[in-house]
Order: sequence, then C-alpha cells, then structure tokens
Amino acid sequence: MKIEITMTVNGETVRETVEPRLSLADFLRDRLGLTATHLGCEMGACGACLVLLGGKAVHSCLTLAAQADGEVIETLEGLNERGVIADLQAAFHDRNALQCGYCTPGMIVTAHALLADNHTPGRHEIRDALSGNYCRCTGYEAIVDAIEATAVQRMGEAAE
Amino acid sequence: MTAFPDTQAHIGQAHRRQNALRHIAGRGRFVTDIVLPRMVHAAFVRSPLAHGRIVGLDVEAALRAPGIIKVFTAAELNPTCTPWTGTLDHFARMTSIAQNILADDVVLWAGQPVVMVIARSRAEAEDACELVVLDIEDDEPVVDGALALQADAVIAAPGLSSNLCYGTVLETAGVDRAFAEAAHVVEAEFVFGRHTAVTLEPRAIIADFDASTGQLTVHQGTQTPYQFQDVYARHFGLNEGQVRVIAPDVGGSFGMKLHVYHEEMGAVAASKLLGRPVRFVADRLEAFLSDIHARDHKVTARMAVASDGRITAMEVDDLTQVGAFSSYPRTSAVEGNQVIRLMGGPYAMPDYRGRLSVVFQNKVQTSQYRAVGHPIACAVTEVLVDRAAEALELDPFDMRARNVVADNAYPHVSATGYQFEKLSHEACLTRLREIMDYDSLRAEQAALRKQGIHRGIGIAPFVEITNPGAAFYGVGGARISAQDGAIVKLTPAGDVQCMISVTEQGQGTETIIAQVVADQLGVAPDRVKVITGDTDTTPSGGATWACRGAGIGGETALRAGRKLRDQILALAGQILQADPGGLALSGGNVIDAVTGAPRMALAEIGRIATYRPDTLPRGSDNSLTAVHHFAPGGYPFDFTNGVQASYVEVDVETGLVKLLKHWVVEDCGRIINPLLVDEQIRGGVVQGLGAAFFEECLYDDAGQLTNGSLADYLVPMAGEMPDIEIAHVETPTLDTILGAKGVGEAGTAAAGAAAMNAVNDALRPFAARISQTPMTPVRILQALGHI
Amino acid sequence: MKSPALDYLRVETLSAALDAFAGQGGDAIYLAGGHSVIPSLTLRLQAPSLLIDISRIAELSGVELVGGWLRIGAMTRHAEMIHNPLIRAHAPLLKAAAPHVAHPAVRNRGTIGGSLSLADPASEFPAVAIAMRAEIEVVGPQGPRRIPADDFFLGLYETAMEPGEILRSVFVPPVAAGQVVAFDELARRRGDYAMVGAGIQASFEGDRLGDIGIAFFSVGPKPTRAWGVEALLRGGVLDQATIKAAQAVLADDLEPDDQPQMSAAMRLHLARVLLGRLLGSLGGQKA
Repeated sequence: MKIEITMTVNGETVRETVEPRLSLADFLRDRLGLTATHLGCEMGACGACLVLLGGKAVHSCLTLAAQADGEVIETLEGLNERGVIADLQAAFHDRNALQCGYCTPGMIVTAHALLADNHTPGRHEIRDALSGNYCRCTGYEAIVDAIEATAVQRMGEAAE
Repeated sequence: MTAFPDTQAHIGQAHRRQNALRHIAGRGRFVTDIVLPRMVHAAFVRSPLAHGRIVGLDVEAALRAPGIIKVFTAAELNPTCTPWTGTLDHFARMTSIAQNILADDVVLWAGQPVVMVIARSRAEAEDACELVVLDIEDDEPVVDGALALQADAVIAAPGLSSNLCYGTVLETAGVDRAFAEAAHVVEAEFVFGRHTAVTLEPRAIIADFDASTGQLTVHQGTQTPYQFQDVYARHFGLNEGQVRVIAPDVGGSFGMKLHVYHEEMGAVAASKLLGRPVRFVADRLEAFLSDIHARDHKVTARMAVASDGRITAMEVDDLTQVGAFSSYPRTSAVEGNQVIRLMGGPYAMPDYRGRLSVVFQNKVQTSQYRAVGHPIACAVTEVLVDRAAEALELDPFDMRARNVVADNAYPHVSATGYQFEKLSHEACLTRLREIMDYDSLRAEQAALRKQGIHRGIGIAPFVEITNPGAAFYGVGGARISAQDGAIVKLTPAGDVQCMISVTEQGQGTETIIAQVVADQLGVAPDRVKVITGDTDTTPSGGATWACRGAGIGGETALRAGRKLRDQILALAGQILQADPGGLALSGGNVIDAVTGAPRMALAEIGRIATYRPDTLPRGSDNSLTAVHHFAPGGYPFDFTNGVQASYVEVDVETGLVKLLKHWVVEDCGRIINPLLVDEQIRGGVVQGLGAAFFEECLYDDAGQLTNGSLADYLVPMAGEMPDIEIAHVETPTLDTILGAKGVGEAGTAAAGAAAMNAVNDALRPFAARISQTPMTPVRILQALGHI
Repeated sequence: MKSPALDYLRVETLSAALDAFAGQGGDAIYLAGGHSVIPSLTLRLQAPSLLIDISRIAELSGVELVGGWLRIGAMTRHAEMIHNPLIRAHAPLLKAAAPHVAHPAVRNRGTIGGSLSLADPASEFPAVAIAMRAEIEVVGPQGPRRIPADDFFLGLYETAMEPGEILRSVFVPPVAAGQVVAFDELARRRGDYAMVGAGIQASFEGDRLGDIGIAFFSVGPKPTRAWGVEALLRGGVLDQATIKAAQAVLADDLEPDDQPQMSAAMRLHLARVLLGRLLGSLGGQKA
C-alpha cells in the first residue's frame, strides 16, 4: 500500500507518496533531505529525532509520516531559517553546549519549546525538561547554562 | 559572528568552535547523512544463541523477498577477506582465535552476524532477515569469568586450550614483607559492571568500491581513518594507495569506534563484490548487541599501611572478562594491563603485586572505551585508601597528604614501573579543599545526620595516561601510529590551511590546532582552516585515542607552523631584501621584529609567490607549504594528574542517591583552550558517574544480553547529574615545546571512585559498605541490610 | 529498527473504526498517540496488517464537566493533564502524576486512552484511575459501556476491553472540597519506569480520614489497590502510629513477584517506604 500525504514542512507545502510504515523521521531525512533530525534509538528514548508538530515537540521516530498528513512540521533547519532561535544558537555556541553535535538539534527543539512555555525556568526545571534528551559528550551542564542564559537574556530584553 | 581578536597569544584562550556553528544550524554531516548513487543497505541475521554450531541455514525465502539484491553467507563473503587476530607481541603468550566476517561453522556470542542481507532499503533488508531460517545446535556458553578458568570449564571458542586470553604478574621484591610488617591491612572485593559506549550516533559506514578503478572509498564514523585504511588494504588485498577512508562528523566515539567490527568488514566485502556503495548503520539494538563492551572486571585487592598512615604496599588480582576473542587490532587485554599498572598511581607506595587474568566468555568482544582501565584502578585504590584512613582514624584529605608523591619529588617511578615527569598532587589537593570548602561540607554533613539526612563526601586523586608513544601499540606489532603529521600552507590570499592527522569528534581538535597554528603565524584562528579525517588529504598519523590530540597533535601543528613561518620569513626576506632574522609575523603581516612596524601583508606574500614568482630573485624558493611529522620522545606517556570530589545524599530507605555536586582539579599541562578542556572534563565526569550509578550490561545464564535497549540500559540523563566545578593547576611537559598534555579521559578516570567513596562515607554510620558498580538502590539497600 | 510493512487507514468516526477492525478480521491495531504501538512495531514485537488511526475521531477528544462527572476524552494527551484548567481543578491526581510520565515530547503525543487500554503495569494513569474511582467508557460493535476502574485492569497488559473495542472516555468524579491527593514514584531517573509508585486521593472530615483510595503501580502485573490499608485508615486520624500500622499491613495488599532486577521483598520494602511518605504528605495537606 502507498498513501498520499500532504503537510507543511518548514513553511513549504510538501506532497509525497509514502509507505505507511515510513516514520516521519525517515521521511524528513531521506525523502526531503532534512538531515538535521537524527536517529539515535528509534524508540523515543533519546530525543535525537525531536521536531515540532503543530508547534509541539514530538519524537519523529515515533510518528508515522502518514500521521503527519495535514500537519505543520518544523525541523531545526526551519527554526534556523526563521531566525527564532538565533539567541539560543548564539548561547549554545558561546557556552560550547555541544561537542559532537548529534544531540544538538533535539536539544535546541526542546529548549525552544521549553522557553516558549516557561520564560523563567530554574536550572532544575531545565534539567527536568531535558529528561528525554540524551547527550554523551557534554555532561549536560553547558546545555543547561546556555538555556538559562538565553532565558535570562530574553527576560532582560522584555523588561526593556 | 564577530571575528577573533588578532592577538599573538591564542593558545590559552577560550576561543569558540567555528566548526560547531554548522551543527547548531542543522548542517552537520554524519555518515548517515550521505547518499551515494546506487547505494544499497545492509542488515544482518544474527545468532540468537551465545554458543553453538550452525546445523542449518536456508536463505531461499529471503532471496525472493521484495527489494533484495543479495544475501551473503560466510561462503561468499569470508574469502574476500584475510582473517584477523587480536593479539599483540608484547603481551607474552597472549592468545585469541582468528575472526572473519560472518560465522560459518560455530557461533560464539549472541548477536554474532551469520547472514548479510543487502537490499534497496534498510526496511526491506530487515524484512528479508526475518525470512532466513537459521538452525543452531546450542552448546553450553561460558558466562562467568571465574568459572571459566577452572580445569573442567567449557571452552569459549574452538582451537583454544583454555579460556585464558592473557595473564601476567607484576611485582616488586618487597611486597610480601610489606604485608607481613603492616600495621593495618585493608581489603575489599570489587565487581565492576560491564559497560558499553552508547554513542548517540551508532556505528555507521558506507563502503564504496569502484570496480572500474579498483578504488575503495569508505565513509566511516571512526576516530581513526588511517588505521582503517591500513586494515582494509591489507585484509582485502588492495594497495594502500587504492584505499581512502573519510571520517566526516562523528556522533560520539569514546574509543568505541576505534575497533574492527564484523559488520563494517562485511560492508567493505559486499561493496567489493557488488561494485556499488554498501551502507550499514547499526540500529540501537544492534549497537547494544555488537559494539565493544568494556570494564567487566572482578578485582580482589588489599592494601598494607604503616601506623603513621603510609601506604606500604598493594596487592591486586584482576579478572578481566572479555568476549569470545580478543578485539582487533588493539586487543582486549590493554584494559586489564592498565588496571594492574595504574593501581596506587598517585602514591609513593614502594611495593606492589598485581595479577592479571584476561578471560574469554561467550559474549560480545570488549576493548578500549574512554579511560581504559583508569576508572577501575582508581576506584580500587581510592576505596582502599579511604578504608585505611578509617582504620587509622585519619581524615581522607590527611591520608592523601601523607601518601601522594610530593610535588618536589620528581621524576618518580611508580611501583608498577610508570615514569612520572612531574605531577602536582599536593597542589591539586590543596586547591580542591579550597574550592569545595571541605570543612563547611563536613559541618553540614554532621548537622544533617542529626536530622536523619545522610550525605557523603568522597575524594579521589588520579593519574591519567596521555600522549602515548609507540610503546603502546607499535612495539606489539600493531599498525597503529603513535606519530602525527601536519601540512600547513599559506593560501594565495594569505589565509592558512592545516591538514593534520589528529581527528575531531567534537572535543575541539580543529579549534585548538587552529589556535596553535595561528600563534606561529601571527594570524587570527578563524583564518586558519583545519582539515582532518581524510586519508587522501591529510598525512597519516595516530588520529584520536588515549588523549593525544592536544599534546601530540598540537606539537605537530606547532612545529609545522614554525616551518611555514620560516618559509614565509625567508621569502619575505627575499622580497624585502632584508634579513629574515630581523622579521617576525603578527597581525597578518610580516613585521620588523624589533620595532613591530608592518613590512608587508601575508596576503601580499601569497600573491607574489602564487602569481608573480617571476618577480622573485633567481633561485628563490616560493614554497609556502610546510610539513612536519612529530613522534613523541622522552617519556613513554605524559601522565597528567588531578583530584575529584563528589558530594552525595543517600536516601537510606530507598537506596536512591542524589548527586549534589562534583569538583575536579585537573593538571593537564599547558592548556590550549580552557573552555574546551573544562567541557571535556564535564562530559567525562558524567560518563564516570553513569558507570558508578546506572550502567551495566546484564546477562543471563544462557549468555543473553537482557537489557540491551535504551529503556533498560540506563545512561546518565540531565536530571540526575550534578553541576561540576573545575579548577586547574598547569604543569607543562618539557617533552614538547607546547607543553600540553591530554585531558579527554580525566573526568571518567576518577568520577566513579570519588562517588563510591562519597556513598561509602554517607553509609559510614550504618557500618555499611559497597564495592560494586553500578551502585544501584537495591545494592545500597542490601549493603544497609534492609533485605 | 524499521517497522514491518503494514496498511494504514485514518478514520473520522467510531463506527468507521469498528468496521475497519472487523473487516480486517481483527488483524488490526488502533493508533492514537502511537507511542506504545510504534515502538512495538520498530522492535518487531508485533506485525499487524492494518493500523487504524483513530486520532481524529471527534468523540474521543475533549475535556468537559457533564452530568456531575469530569469527562476526559481518550485522545487527551498527557501534556493536557498538566495544563488543562478543568483537570487541574477537578482531577488533581492526574495533574500530579502526569509530569512523571515519560518525557515532555512523549507527553505531547501519548494519550490517556492509550495508557489505560495498554495497561502497562509500570504505567501511572491506570493506578491513578483506580485511586480517583474513575469509570472507563469503551465502545464496541454492541455499543458503549462504562467499567469502574477497579474492574478494568485484569492482568499483565490485560483489561476488560474486548478485542476491537475502543476506549472513548474516562469519567472522573470531580474532587470534593477538602479532598487531597498525593502521588509519587521511586524511579532511577526522571521519566523511567518506576521501581514502585502510588497515587492517593483522600478526604478529611476534621481530623479524621474519610474515604481514601490508594493504588500502587509497578508492583505486579497490574495496578493494585491497597484495600486493606484503606480499611485500616478510614475513619481514623493520620499520625505516625497509624502510618506505621498501614505500612505493616501493606504486604497483605501487594503480592509482587521476584524479578531479576528486584526481589519481591525489596519491592515491598520500597512500597512501604513510599506509602509512609505519601501518607505523611497527605497529613501535611489536611490543614
């Protein structure tokens, strides 16, 4: 069986024919060439595959492309091009909140979603929000620092 | 991004990583992101049993499945490759059976590849794997290292006369007397959980053999493309010059991606036979099943102390439990060998006996994984030191102070034969005590104990092997380089490129090399492009392992940079009709060395050399490309040292442990980039804490890995890890101009030891002790006698 | 870890879903949030020939007060349990439990209908449903029926649902004034399957406990109500002595098995510790 799906990905309408078993992660990576979204476990335990679906962070490895029919999807590439995470990206860079970079897209999606929901997260809340994002390289502290610094900076700008 | 300041002293600065920007923007390029024309996908049928004989294999149904291009068994694949055997000559009488790609007659571990299916997609390959009928007559597996050494034990692999892979004893003459005369002897038995690297990017390879040219190009997520260039050439009968290995972005390695695996060799073999790119990516289940494991040790140890608190001797018996064969080419014996030699490392302990037995089991192979042996040696040593302190009623800091090799007592040779150039244990201990405010923590601990809250403080000094020379592998006959090479060139417009044989996995290699080269040439680091990871475009060298990138790679880049500097100054001298000795490089210019006045821009030098060599004096050499290879001399390793501390709170009713804080004082010699050094330490610490509290590969009696998924093998996540405070002492090595030593594994070396001491410290009021990792709630409750 | 080949059908109504299931001879699986179904596919633990996507069925969504009950549609995502004002106000035990369920991104997709119908013994919401005295409404070819949570969870991944039935709503009696809740689980890491967990909902009449519902999870094949502990506590004061007495009788309510990772005795020990702490926190809330 093949089915036709239509969705918006990073602001562009996409119309493709897929096998039902194709995951959204594989669809984004292999069909659309959006390789920022990574596969780390294919069972929703590591967070490497996080994308925004309807504005919410979801595991693209646990979502079928078919389920995303009619949905609005945004990957790190889209967030990057829209410019909405520029301060978060700068903070990650400045604090060296990444090493190999494999977990980074998932981390940024989580951070972006967290800060949209909670403008003043404490370090404990940040660590809690990262509970589904595995990193083997950094030990997490630099990532927490970068997210905290971004939140503080945004609050400062909001106050001005 | 703002440009870097154009200063002379980039070494020592916390420059940000230019090569991190693309990851943050989603432009990382890992092997799994590469698509080649006509690329096909591989999956494997694996042995479901740990030990047995293949009695039936039917691939007919698989061959007819949709999308299937080929189904390979050992008969087709193995003859393309010469077998490999993971032994080294300097491990006397070490033995191991040879390996080839697919199992043909016997299976020796659950997960061993038996059939390789090639299909148009991974999904179709997996579908076809389910159609293969594999019949195995099972044999009793070897699953316990201690039992494996008994006379009547089942033998793990055919052709072996026993399950002993390698054994050795290291001892000093006075060790027995030291124990006989000791005022106190403390002892313990340790069990260390078997670990696996769990890199977020699994192993990935695309092997692309072009039959029309005989050229093999391999894209591989590995730390060491040069080793694999050699391995593929030799084992597949190709000239080295026909083999190109490219390591693009690598999503974590920690040593795991250094080793030869059946699946990767299978991808190369399949590509040779099919003449098209063959892609293999281990999924997460395969990663657990087939990545090298590590750290599966049982250690019995005792320590002799005099009445004044001096450690006079240690005796250690280490049982290293490996797989069914030794890994290739770095062997499965190095870890145990380091364990017995690192014991007592920080201490002026005169006598020692260490006995090592490396034992085969019907499990997946084991090999080097971050900090190789250090975490075990450090934990054994430091737990015993704490027990000795307890017996003598000495504070743990005081006990260390009485025993570490004094900072002014170098050079020093340890009881195990390690040579230390100059370490700083005393300075580090002093600094640690300061930054952790030890006395306040002790007061806090005492106050909270009265409220039934049980906190513990643990410390662990350590030494770490870095900058290894050829004594490590080369002398054993392995074609693993201990030297590196760098080509540095000035581009026509005055930028700089450095092609170097150390590699990048995110630790910051390319950034620190840029800083080192920038300092030699008087340019900003963002004008230095560092190219790594491709055997066609970089010199051959040791790449990344055992913390060598900064110390050895940095020195290589420094010397190559100085050679280019000399070329530039010579050419400038020709152009300016000046003495090169009176010129220098700064701010992107050739300057007057005395006055600092700019004489000409580097861009101008490049322009003339490239486009107008006709304007140069006759006989001028217009080369602006320099090469240098550097092999470490002097000490066999540049040891670093440091000390870590852990502050924990143990819930004595549930056994759950909260990690409140962690400290590291580290001396890694000259620091090239403090930001990158500290982040390496943090990552390493968390990896060590993961080992101490969460990680272990669990096997049943049938040799089945029972927790091989990310839901069941517990890796450390953000919520459970502490903030880590770091300070430094800097004792450069005099073996190099740069003076840098390595740091990549330091965090992992001692974090677990500090944590174990902290937990035991918390449990002290209950006379409960734990000497097994991971320190799970169940084990802590058992130590407390709740069950 | 690629799923086996299968067909997919997205339906808009319950009857279409039921028809599709029947039409496939039962060789079909309903797909809601997908966060239990899809891992089972990628792990190749099952290979149904048809996935029926029920996530767009209007009847399965919504949170509303109706007929004196709080009706929570089966498609309500775990994240909703934290943010929805009706749930916060009327089913606070759900709100207390939800942050413990997996991880933020899983909570954006996982549904309460999925959680209850899967009946994973380590899952939070089945125990919460029991402690809240919820009723679970399922719909099959014969029409809808409501099953009290006490009667819904029968065994390891086994519920009172017949093959093909779809869980439509969870009906929760809104908490009364003066009712307090307590929830916690003991887990190695945030979001992990718990070593042991429990939810409690109780009312105080002055100093004395009125009705109390205590349900444990990760203690056996199914969520388990601590009937004996409830009976002991009902009508009495909650103090150190009664908490100790409650811990002492817990072993009669819970019968965990020995597992490779943890003995029954150890699990019971942890359950006792957890019970003591939750009861203690209840006591702290009553004023």
